[in-house]
Amino acid sequence: MSKANYYLQTPRKHEVTSFDRELVLGFLKEMVRIREFESRAEEQTLAGNVVGGIHLAIGHEAVAVGVMQALRREDYVTGPHRGHHLVLAKGSDMKNVMAELLGKATGISGGRGGSMHMADAETGLLGVNGIVGASIVIATGAAFSAKYLGQDRVAVAFFGDGGSNKGQFHESLNMASILDLPAIYVCENNEFAVETAVSYSTGVDNIAERGSSYRMPGIIVDGLDVLDVYVAAKEARQRAVQDSRPTLIEAKTYRFKGHSIGDKEDYRTKEEVQERMKSDPIFKLKHRLEEAGWLSEQQWNELKSEVDREVETAVQFALNSPLPSAATALHHVYAKEMF
Amino acid sequence: MREITFASAFAEAVHEEMDRDPTIFVLGTDIRIRGGHFGQLKDIGQTFGPKRVVDSPISEAAMVGLSLGAAMTGLRPICDLNFEDFYLGAMDEVVNQIAKVRYKFNGQFKCPLVIRASSGAARATGPQHSQMLEAWFAHVPGLIVVAPSTAEDAKGMLKTALRGEDPVIFSFHKMLGNMKGPVPDGDYTTPFGQANIVKPGTDVTIAAYSIMVPKSLQAARELEKEGISAEVVDLRTIVPLDVNTVAESVKKTKRLVIAHEAYKFGGMGAEIAAQIGEAVFDYLDAPIVRVGSKHAAIPVSPVLQEQITPGKAEVVAAVQSVMEGVVRV
Repeated sequence: MSKANYYLQTPRKHEVTSFDRELVLGFLKEMVRIREFESRAEEQTLAGNVVGGIHLAIGHEAVAVGVMQALRREDYVTGPHRGHHLVLAKGSDMKNVMAELLGKATGISGGRGGSMHMADAETGLLGVNGIVGASIVIATGAAFSAKYLGQDRVAVAFFGDGGSNKGQFHESLNMASILDLPAIYVCENNEFAVETAVSYSTGVDNIAERGSSYRMPGIIVDGLDVLDVYVAAKEARQRAVQDSRPTLIEAKTYRFKGHSIGDKEDYRTKEEVQERMKSDPIFKLKHRLEEAGWLSEQQWNELKSEVDREVETAVQFALNSPLPSAATALHHVYAKEMF
Repeated sequence: MREITFASAFAEAVHEEMDRDPTIFVLGTDIRIRGGHFGQLKDIGQTFGPKRVVDSPISEAAMVGLSLGAAMTGLRPICDLNFEDFYLGAMDEVVNQIAKVRYKFNGQFKCPLVIRASSGAARATGPQHSQMLEAWFAHVPGLIVVAPSTAEDAKGMLKTALRGEDPVIFSFHKMLGNMKGPVPDGDYTTPFGQANIVKPGTDVTIAAYSIMVPKSLQAARELEKEGISAEVVDLRTIVPLDVNTVAESVKKTKRLVIAHEAYKFGGMGAEIAAQIGEAVFDYLDAPIVRVGSKHAAIPVSPVLQEQITPGKAEVVAAVQSVMEGVVRV
């Protein structure tokens, strides 16, 4: 791929059969894992077992899976407050992710972080983040690091449509462009920043067009089509590694659930949500696989029950895990305990 | 011992540490050719080249955020923000991100980075280029905050910072930059959390840091003429804070004046006074008195600035008041 300045790419339709069958079945399974995890996380919240608020990523599965499947394990990822799907798709053990939501010692952040502050040094996840926009600057630094150290590695920042209106977005994209960093900026445009519609908050029709300000391709993908996301992410990774140039991807998706659990959703109608849910990324892919003769009912049922078992194991693990020891509350403030 | 400026001592530390450790890089504005606005990175760009000395656009959030991402992934950034006032464009990165990254992720990541910026008032630097924010940073768990007053400590403390695993806020007072002092040859480090008695005395303790250390020493010399023997303690680091050395001094002198250029209201002086009160109240023969800036922005006109920021005269007056047992400032 040659060095590319700005161009705008609109969503592309890829035949499911143009991919490896096992690969696409893997996409489906990963997406179902996220969906089931999120459903059980909601259930555990309503049961009062989750500590702190959570933001469900139902409707975002194809974005996380499409991008992560195009990455290597050593690639870095950061994400925003809505991030369970990113943590799971990057490869963290579901048991420890569920335990983190329950504030347990076995959680991936030891119960210190909860839903919005999960990180996993083993998978290159440099953290999802409670502050909108922060994921963007941190990934920019990880991309700098990969280039500085001469590593075949990229850094991916996930953020929402809300994040694209922060100064951090603009400062980072400019920095990545002038320093030629191997970064991929993935905007999960789910149309709402908490309750504020993107059509109101954002002075551009497509967030991807903002790539034009920073001499990088702006790639619009159908965020409900894992194949479109995957191909765009593959190309962006190649551009990052081969040309050391950044890419802005805007994945147009939709938040099927409220901002957080308990959201009354007065800012949109039930009909709108129902209409949009007809484009459910999981059922769309399942349908295409069935049409291609690549997925039988039996295979689907097997996949579903395998996932159900995994999620149930994670829930039981989380419920039965110990709470953090109160004596550890002052650990990890500094390298050595100081206060 | 040879004498060099505070800024040259800082630059020497950067040179030596970059030679020693290839993961150290500098990110800042106007660095590669100019060496920074205060000579603090003189010749670094010429020596180490554009890969390791990276000129940045004026994008404080991205500069500090990039430094964090780099520190989490194996590098040791020196981020130069030019003026301390410019931190305000990167406070989310400093307070919400850098300070908390080790803790919130349960120790999975360390954050070895240094942010340097020029603090304090110089002649006519005005409301937005004169502030001292160390008390803000001290209030945030997870940050190390240093404010050395001598060339020797500037070099030694920067070396400690670049060999440690925690984020360090390095307050570099503008008026100290060109001040010369003895600096040892060869490699040495200055530990964090150890105050230094820079002038022994018996009648009153003056605890100070940064620019108020040389000003307190001038005050102490003047007070000697009045027969008052002041002990001057240079705190050197704000976090971790060495209150013990101050407490031991107060046990001997029975009186304490705390001097900093940052605002007196809500400043570090209040914290130090409270800790001394908790630790050695019974030893005190007079109320603890604080010297700090009055509560207004720093005006450009030198006539007005003098009214706001403290100097030798304010320290002398504060000491005289505690010697009389009467608080006058």
